[in-house]
Amino acid sequence: MTALKLKPIFRLQWEPAQNAHVLLYPEGMVKLNQSAGEILKRCDGTRHIDTLIAELQEAFNAPDLGDEVRLFVAEAHRRGWLESQT
Amino acid sequence: MSDTSEIAPPLWLLAELTYRCPLHCAFCYNPVNYTDHSSELTTDEWLGVFRQARALGAAQLGFSGGEPLLRDDLEVLVGEARKLGFYTNLITSGVGLTEKRLGDMKAAGLDHIQLSFQDSTQELNDFLSSTRTFDLKNRVAKSIKAHDFPMVLNCVLHRYNLPHVDKIIDMALAMGAEYLELANTQYYGWAHANRAQLMPTAEQLKEAEAVVERYRSEIGDRCKIYFVVPDYFENRPKRCMNGWGSVFLGISPDGAALPCHTARSLPGLTFPNVKQRSIREIWYDSDAFNRFRGFGWMKEPCRSCEEKTIDAGGCRCQAYLLTGDPANADPVCDKSPHHEAVINVVRKAAIEREPDEHPIMFRNDSNSRRLAASRDGRGPDHHSVADLAGVRK
Repeated sequence: MTALKLKPIFRLQWEPAQNAHVLLYPEGMVKLNQSAGEILKRCDGTRHIDTLIAELQEAFNAPDLGDEVRLFVAEAHRRGWLESQT
Repeated sequence: MSDTSEIAPPLWLLAELTYRCPLHCAFCYNPVNYTDHSSELTTDEWLGVFRQARALGAAQLGFSGGEPLLRDDLEVLVGEARKLGFYTNLITSGVGLTEKRLGDMKAAGLDHIQLSFQDSTQELNDFLSSTRTFDLKNRVAKSIKAHDFPMVLNCVLHRYNLPHVDKIIDMALAMGAEYLELANTQYYGWAHANRAQLMPTAEQLKEAEAVVERYRSEIGDRCKIYFVVPDYFENRPKRCMNGWGSVFLGISPDGAALPCHTARSLPGLTFPNVKQRSIREIWYDSDAFNRFRGFGWMKEPCRSCEEKTIDAGGCRCQAYLLTGDPANADPVCDKSPHHEAVINVVRKAAIEREPDEHPIMFRNDSNSRRLAASRDGRGPDHHSVADLAGVRK
């Protein structure tokens, strides 16, 4: 399993005007909800999914985020935001 | 000051740095009378625009034109924009994109380059842009990837190159483009003046779309292919600019602020200039940006239409060009009493297959001056298309 990483064409950024994280890409932008923002900002090539889940559960003091995170990461892959897993 | 609470801030800032361009594309969306607007904002004036727009919430910034590389302060503008937090897009023909400039813009933080091609073949590329640029564009595409920029290849489609769509996709794949935009010509500006020559047939579009579908299923997410069908072949209008004054703020070379790329063709509107008014005033308070905002301006059949929230009435420029009144429904909609005008254009294109009947009018200064001098050059269909053929002689 490889570490989760945003493709270089995307940039994750906090936008005060929208009070949200957004994903920027050529001539486009996706506004992210809070959990999507928290997950994607950790997809920086240093964590596997299990580490990421453990970290979020710790940070938000919520014991069972596993399913939600896996579902979102699958969706992020489907949308082509993350580097392909090998 | 109007109540700004209901108006969302601009998100997409397009900086048309110059109308100057080394290419002379027959489908350019720049105003046909661009020679009437030859002054350009200074570096500091542009930086002021960027700071103000960013403070309001704009996150995407496109550097376009004309050819933005003709501004020798482009690297400075890109660097400052990137520092402000914009995602920076360079929209270019590639002419003038040297190794040095690529390296400098990489250092300045440029995020992405969109490179335009006219066709997969040298003959057609060079003919349609009225230049000899195909080999150069090929070299530039290699350099862009060598500098590790994300690259979007953009190819405008029409009657002449639709049969080459497979070759165009092959070319994009070979060049390593992340996205390929196959943008069918929309008929504004110079494309409107050349509409009879460029309009494809429904069969050509259907075949090209099938080719695109086949490639999509074969190549996976290696390259994302967009295929935009021209409005004239639809029954419902596009949600043009996501609604007037909704997300898009265009600044033309001389500082005029536009709610859409081609709004300059519309009569009866005075576009505020960034040299006189702040971006905040322009976006929230100016007559031009409020004129077609929301639904209050609509006439029938839009006003009582349950679909008005979906398409926001379509495109104001198309309504003007095809019906003479920008407040009418976009006649692409089959609920419009003017829809017949669109059908007739498409029908005519299917019958008249002689491409050389009227010469193509390339975008250049002398054609622009002639069109600017003739009121018809900017006017709607019912007194322009026939006359334009005469203007060319």
